[in-house]
Amino acid sequence: MADLLSIYVHIMAARMRAQLQYRVSFVLQLVGSFSLSFTDFAVVLVIFAHLPYLAGWSLGEVAFLYGTSYMAFQLSDIAVGQLDQLPVLIQSGDFDMVLIRPLGALFQVVTLDFTLRRFGAFGQGALVFALALARTDIHWTAGRVLVLTLMPVWSIPIFASVWVVGATSAFWAVRSMEVINLVTHGGQLLTQYPLQVFGAWIQRLVIFVVPLAFVNYFPSLYVLGKPDPLGAPEFVRFASPVVAIVLVVVAGRIWNFGVRHYRSTGS
Amino acid sequence: MSARATCDAASLYWQVGLRGFRRYATYRAATFAGVVTNTVFGFLRAYVFVALFSGHADVGGYDLSDTLTYTFVSQGIIMAIFLWGWWEIALGVRSGAVVTDFSRPIDYQFYWLAQDLGRSVYHLIFRGIPPFIVGALAFHLRFPQHPWTWLAFALSVELGVCVSFALRFMVNLSAFWLLDYRGVGTIMQAVWTFFSGFAIPIAFFPGALRTVSEMLPFAAMLATPVNVFLEKAQGLDLAAALAFQAGWAVVLLLVGRLMLAAATRKVVIQGG
Repeated sequence: MADLLSIYVHIMAARMRAQLQYRVSFVLQLVGSFSLSFTDFAVVLVIFAHLPYLAGWSLGEVAFLYGTSYMAFQLSDIAVGQLDQLPVLIQSGDFDMVLIRPLGALFQVVTLDFTLRRFGAFGQGALVFALALARTDIHWTAGRVLVLTLMPVWSIPIFASVWVVGATSAFWAVRSMEVINLVTHGGQLLTQYPLQVFGAWIQRLVIFVVPLAFVNYFPSLYVLGKPDPLGAPEFVRFASPVVAIVLVVVAGRIWNFGVRHYRSTGS
Repeated sequence: MSARATCDAASLYWQVGLRGFRRYATYRAATFAGVVTNTVFGFLRAYVFVALFSGHADVGGYDLSDTLTYTFVSQGIIMAIFLWGWWEIALGVRSGAVVTDFSRPIDYQFYWLAQDLGRSVYHLIFRGIPPFIVGALAFHLRFPQHPWTWLAFALSVELGVCVSFALRFMVNLSAFWLLDYRGVGTIMQAVWTFFSGFAIPIAFFPGALRTVSEMLPFAAMLATPVNVFLEKAQGLDLAAALAFQAGWAVVLLLVGRLMLAAATRKVVIQGG
C-alpha cells in the first residue's frame, strides 16, 4: 500500500511538472476552467435575481450545495476522470499492455494523466462555498462542524465509484460510456440544486439507484438545520459514510468483473 | 465572375457541404448518445425553471411554457450551433496540414463554412428533433402557430451557425500566434455558453446586462433562433432579428478573413 502510494505520488508529480512547463498555457487553461465552470453559478445568480427562495432554499443555501458539489466533483474528476479514456484504450488494444504490467489496471488507467487545470473549476467551487458560509447563518455545533469537515471523505468516493461503474460498461459496449457519463456530469448539475426541485423519478433514482443524494444533499440538510420536504427519516442525514463504503466495494467488484470479461480487440 | 464560374463555385461548395453532412451521418451511435445527453440535461434544467416559475407567472416576458420550450429547443440546436470543441483548423496549424489546405484552389474560409453548414443541417435534424419530442411528451411545450415560422427558424439557426462558425474560425486561427489554443478556446466557450443564452435565457438577465447581451453577436448564435421559434418577433421585428444575425455574420467573417490574411503571411513552411 505504501509502495503504491509512493508510485502514485511519483507519477503524478511527473505529470504535474510536465503541465507546468508552459506557464502561459497553464495559466490560460486554469482561467478557462474557472470561467467555464462559473457559467453554472451565473445561472444560479440570474435565478435569484428573480426570487428570494428557490424551493424554500436561499441563495446562500443553494450556494452551499453548489460549492460542496463542485469541489467534490472536481476532485473526483482529477482523481479518476481519466477513466473516460478507457473506451479509447480498449478500441486501440492498448488495454492489453495495461494488463501485463505488474500494477492494478484501475490504478494504471486513473494515473494516465493529472488534469491540473481542473483546479480552476475547483477554485470556482471553493469561492462559491466561501460565499455560502458568509451568507448563511449556520448555527454551528460540534456535530455540524464534524459533518462539514468530513464531507470530502464520502462525497469524493461516491462520485468516483459512480465513475468506475460507468466506465466498466466500456468492456461490453464501447459507446455506452457516453450515455453513462451523463450520470457523472448530470450528477454534478443535479447536486448543485435542492433535490426537491427535480421530478419524483429523478429523486428516487438518486436516492435508491445512483445514490448521489448522499454526496451533499442529505448531509447539508443536517448542517444547515433544514427540514426535509421529502420526509426521509432523520438517520438518512448521517448515512453517507455507509453509502460510500458500500458503493466503493460494489464498484470494485463490478470493475474486477469487467476486467475478467475483457476480450482484446486483437489489433 | 461569369455566370458559369459562379455556378461552378456554388456547385463546389454544395458538394463540400454535402460531404460535411455525410461525414457526421456516419456516426449513428454518437448521435444517439448525444441525443440522450441533451434530453437529460433538458429535463434537469426544465425542473429548475419549473421551480423558478412556482412563484412567478412571467419572467422577462416569458411564461413557463415559453421557458420550457426555450430549454428543449436550445438543447436541440446546441449541436447544430456547435458551441464546444471544434479544433480542426487549430490541429491543422499544429501538424502543418494547414499548408496543404492553403494551397488548394478553393477559398479556405468558405470551404470550412460550407462544410460546417452541411454538418449543422445534419445535427439540426438528428440532434434537434428527438430531444424536443421527448420534452414535449413530458412538459407542455409551445409549437409555432404559423407554418412559416418553421422556415424562419431553420434560416435563423443557419445564420446562427454562420456567426458561431465565424467566431470558432478566429479562435482556431489563434493557434498561429499562441502555443496552446485550448486555454483561449475554453475562455471563449465560457463567454458564449453564457452570453448566447444557452445557460439561461438572456431575457432573464437583470437590467443593463440584458440590454447589452441582446446586442452582442453571441445572442445571434442561439437566443435569436430560439426566440424566432417562440414567435417572439414577427413581421418587421422578425426581419430585424434575421438582419441582426446576418449583420454579425458578415462582420465576423470579414474580421476572420483579415486574421487569415495575417496568419498566411506568418506561415513558415518547415521543409521535409
